[in-house]
Amino acid sequence: MLSFIGRSLVQKLITLFFVSIVSFMIIHLAPGEPSQVDPLNPKFTPEMVERFRQAFHLDEPLYTQYLYFYRDLFAGKTISWKDNQPALKKIWERFMNSLPLFIVGTILTWTISFPVGIRSAIARGRLYDRSATFLSYLLISIPGFFFAYILIIFVVEQFQVPVIGMETFGAGGTSWLQMMMDRTWHLLLPSLLGATGGIAILSRYVRSQMLEVEGQDYVRTAKHALRNALLPFVTMFGMILPGLIGGSVIIESIFSWPGMGRMAYEAILARDYPVILTINFVSAVLVLAGTFISDMLYMVVDPRIRL
Amino acid sequence: MNHSNASDLGRDFALEEPAAPKRTRLQEFWRLFKKNRLAIFGLAIFILFFCSALIGLVLTSGQNPVFDPALIRLQEKLLPPLTRPNLASLQPDETPAFGIYLFGTDDLGRDVFARMLQGAWVSLTVGFVAVGISVLIGIFMGGIAGYFGQHYIRLDHLLCLALLTAGVGLMATGRPYAGIVMVIAVVFGLFLLRSAKSLPGSGLLKKNTISIDTLIMRFVDIMLCFPSFFLILTVVALLPASIYNIMIVIGLTSWMGATRFVRAEFLSLRELDFVSAARALGLGNFRIIFRHMMPNAVAPVLVSATIGIASAILTEAGLSFLGFGVPPPHATWGNILSDGKRFIFDAPWLTFIPGFAILVVVLSFNLFGEGLRDVMNPKLRERQ
Repeated sequence: MLSFIGRSLVQKLITLFFVSIVSFMIIHLAPGEPSQVDPLNPKFTPEMVERFRQAFHLDEPLYTQYLYFYRDLFAGKTISWKDNQPALKKIWERFMNSLPLFIVGTILTWTISFPVGIRSAIARGRLYDRSATFLSYLLISIPGFFFAYILIIFVVEQFQVPVIGMETFGAGGTSWLQMMMDRTWHLLLPSLLGATGGIAILSRYVRSQMLEVEGQDYVRTAKHALRNALLPFVTMFGMILPGLIGGSVIIESIFSWPGMGRMAYEAILARDYPVILTINFVSAVLVLAGTFISDMLYMVVDPRIRL
Repeated sequence: MNHSNASDLGRDFALEEPAAPKRTRLQEFWRLFKKNRLAIFGLAIFILFFCSALIGLVLTSGQNPVFDPALIRLQEKLLPPLTRPNLASLQPDETPAFGIYLFGTDDLGRDVFARMLQGAWVSLTVGFVAVGISVLIGIFMGGIAGYFGQHYIRLDHLLCLALLTAGVGLMATGRPYAGIVMVIAVVFGLFLLRSAKSLPGSGLLKKNTISIDTLIMRFVDIMLCFPSFFLILTVVALLPASIYNIMIVIGLTSWMGATRFVRAEFLSLRELDFVSAARALGLGNFRIIFRHMMPNAVAPVLVSATIGIASAILTEAGLSFLGFGVPPPHATWGNILSDGKRFIFDAPWLTFIPGFAILVVVLSFNLFGEGLRDVMNPKLRERQ
């Protein structure tokens, strides 16, 4: 069992190492340099560019730059080129902003998709099942930004509540209850949008899993049913963590939500290489941590794996 | 799936002929497919979309197109759909076809219908080319991993590869002589290793390091660690804006699923009798792979490719929305929508027409793909 954990851990670390190399190469082999972003800016004199290049080791060979970058990253000294803030601190602040979105989104996904999936498995082929099927296809197919605009127009016109940003500007002086309501409204739409894809996929998944397990004999001994039905969800659990960054770029941009996705977008716009690379690295760590957790859960649920 | 190869072999060996099924495979397929009404709906929309994209390409390109998507009429801006143009203010060659703005005009007075027609073709090519690239890479990588997977890469292979890369790198960075020497050294070294079997230290060089299967699948794992939309966005933002870059980048970042599919299919196929028989007949590896195994392995890949086209169209729309999409001379549904979002209250049609178009097309691809998957799934087939 220990050897399984150890092997899994070593494998993840090796993968992480190669991810760091690949992401570094992608960024640095692409044409253009950060010092060329704004050639018309009078502040960017040749001496300035030269000093910039020297300060960030840009004039050294790639492998030296690689070593410097990851040394700084692990020492926590990576700084953003844009505003000279420590990159990890920036990411942590934004991460804390994204976290409520993510938690509410996950709760919505799981609480909506399980009942819907189970009910459509029971009502297989009937109207409920068919409309749920069609609706889930609709939710997968709708472009997130388009759906966001429809929802914003609907909510703003029907309920007259502002939804852009994390809270209404200047709402600080009002009562505690009003502030809570305000925060909730602002939180609800983006997390619902983040959850749509998850709801659609997971409810289909629950349905097919129910149908699959239903027909098998061992389900009568209910003790085993739960465990076997759990296996795929363990995999799903591993895929939740990476969702933190992936789909949030567009939604956070629309809602001006100062989260990780939006910071990633801003970093790309500014060619802020250290921040881009750090986000990439952090998200790879999250993906691998997710798969590691699901490996461990598999081991608990399915004893055959412990070989 | 195609078992004709197996029956060909059966005839060659004069074994007893299998009883022919009453219906051909395609008829059986169509019979099952017809039952799925959503999939039929998807197929119909898909065909409609395909035709309108083709017609759109013809009608919006050329010197004097019927629908001119680039024609600017500032005096006619932001007209709602189905308005007639104000003929008094237009030159005779500026009037829209049929004398009506079917989908209205945008903030520069361009005909939205013409732009949508042009955008249909762009969306279609982005979807098909991107998925084509990813499927080709997937088939190649998955095929190698599944068929040659158990072979090991030896230390001398790695050494040669490293030297070759270094040589080519030297040549590329402007030191051609050193590079040429390096490449010649590799060739010479290979020759030496082949001829002198008992060279001292050759045992060490022949040591196995890692199997091809492990190598490719670990690479897939590595690629899966990147958040895909963020990766695409980064690369597209760093590269010069062009429609080809977008297709290539989407293709290069989405081949992992196809690789896994093909590998799994190959691993199970290579144990089947018809492949063993083909090998026993002395057919070459490539003939076995491409004539016998590939036709049986691609079906699930093509199904996932249908859904992949849908997601490529969505990705392109998302990129256009963030301002990194196909650059301006081309109209795409994504950038019509993203231009229109500034006028969402004054001119909602600029948001809703492209939005619904993307929704309907992506939905049709998804429904069609899922329908295909259901029909091919033997578990579901038995139940019906």
